[in-house]
Amino acid sequence: MSGIFKSSVGRKFAMALSAFFLMIFLVMHVSINFTSVFSEELFNNMSHFMGTNPIIQGLMQPILIFGVVFHFIMGFVLEIKNKSSRAVGYAKNVAKDNSTWMSRNMLLTGAVVLAFLVLHFYDFWIHEMTVKYVQGDMSGLVNPNDADSGYRYYDELREKFVSPARVIIYVVSFILLSLHLLHGFNSAFQSVGANNKYVKSLKGFSKVYSIGVPALFVFIALFHHFTH
Amino acid sequence: MMNLTLKIWRQKNADDKGKIVDYPVSGISPDMSFLEMLDVLNQELIEKGEEPVAFDHDCREGICGTCSLYINGRAHGPQTHITACQLHMRSFNDGDTIYIEPWRANAFPVIKDLIVDRSAFDRIQQAGGFISVNTSGNTQDANAIPIEKEHADKAFDAATCIGCGACVASCKNSSAMLFVSAKVSQFALLPQGQVEATDRVLNMVKQMDAEGFGNCTNTGACEVECPKGISLENIARMNREYLAASLKG
Repeated sequence: MSGIFKSSVGRKFAMALSAFFLMIFLVMHVSINFTSVFSEELFNNMSHFMGTNPIIQGLMQPILIFGVVFHFIMGFVLEIKNKSSRAVGYAKNVAKDNSTWMSRNMLLTGAVVLAFLVLHFYDFWIHEMTVKYVQGDMSGLVNPNDADSGYRYYDELREKFVSPARVIIYVVSFILLSLHLLHGFNSAFQSVGANNKYVKSLKGFSKVYSIGVPALFVFIALFHHFTH
Repeated sequence: MMNLTLKIWRQKNADDKGKIVDYPVSGISPDMSFLEMLDVLNQELIEKGEEPVAFDHDCREGICGTCSLYINGRAHGPQTHITACQLHMRSFNDGDTIYIEPWRANAFPVIKDLIVDRSAFDRIQQAGGFISVNTSGNTQDANAIPIEKEHADKAFDAATCIGCGACVASCKNSSAMLFVSAKVSQFALLPQGQVEATDRVLNMVKQMDAEGFGNCTNTGACEVECPKGISLENIARMNREYLAASLKG
């Protein structure tokens, strides 16, 4: 058991587990964000709950960060090992005839998503951590000294999407995330050994998920950009 | 008749750097097999006093898995579910330029020209790709053991793997998981293979990793290029077997 994650199969399994965790997180994230489209109050309340709940902040958030870091580091480590397993390449190789572009470029799409996450953390997460844990303001209010000033989350969200450049970066990043998921969703099932008639029926759902979730994120960004 | 330009990988031995060399060939019949076309080229080279192109071949009917050519960027050439020896020149056009290269993977080092050393597969098989049977004369007739039809069919499908190495050659990671999973599956699905199932998958995967093959990233290229159509379901089965065996171990 101890050597399982040193093996090729074990590393695939670990990658898949982190992928499942991140895919579930994406659903939760987009669900909360989508409330901002139709209800400022609901979005603010959910954001405040997520941002101040001790279980989410103290337990789930560190697990999430570990999952993200693990997925990226393991992805890079596997890619380096895989590249080094063929020292001499082919003079002519027509990979497009036997595999999809998405499946061959998971590192590229993953790297773009990673770059996006740096911007995303800069935009939201670092700001949140600074306000809550450096400045000590856990109120979530626009003005911490004025209880009637209302929560700040909705206004901050809309403010971020004023910039066309930032919106374009978001849109491009989520298109790349979609391409990443179009291969990654089914690949994760395969890696944990789930490839049978029941899992194959998930293929339709995988396309809906892989296109639908990023599309919702794009919609939210565009909605706030054009209605600001 | 066809006139072609062949771009063939020439390498004197394992230590030689090797390079692509151009060979024009003419008068090639569309009805020739690909290997017969290479025979024609080699005859011309021998008559000119040049070193013929070394390439692997044996049965020439898609059974033995010996031929191993990467033709125009694909393992076993442009057709699917056939070996290089089953490929015919009618798949090409007059005037075509055809690249012919050996399998590329660190675990399959080039011996000479288009011949690679695939003994890594043999060592993986020796690590667990077998069942231990008492051959004293009291062995139970395999046909007397009831086996569910679905399992028998899937075991047979897995057992059709000829170990040619096209899966490794096609995989961008040089992964051998389709081959290993076929060998694991053909026994895992049958009652005779159950006794050694745990050790088998652990030992075969361990040997596969030791040989320097890459990790599978589920691109599916191996399944497409496999001349026997070995399914990716076998890799999923091997993953299950391995994870279950690791928990037991």
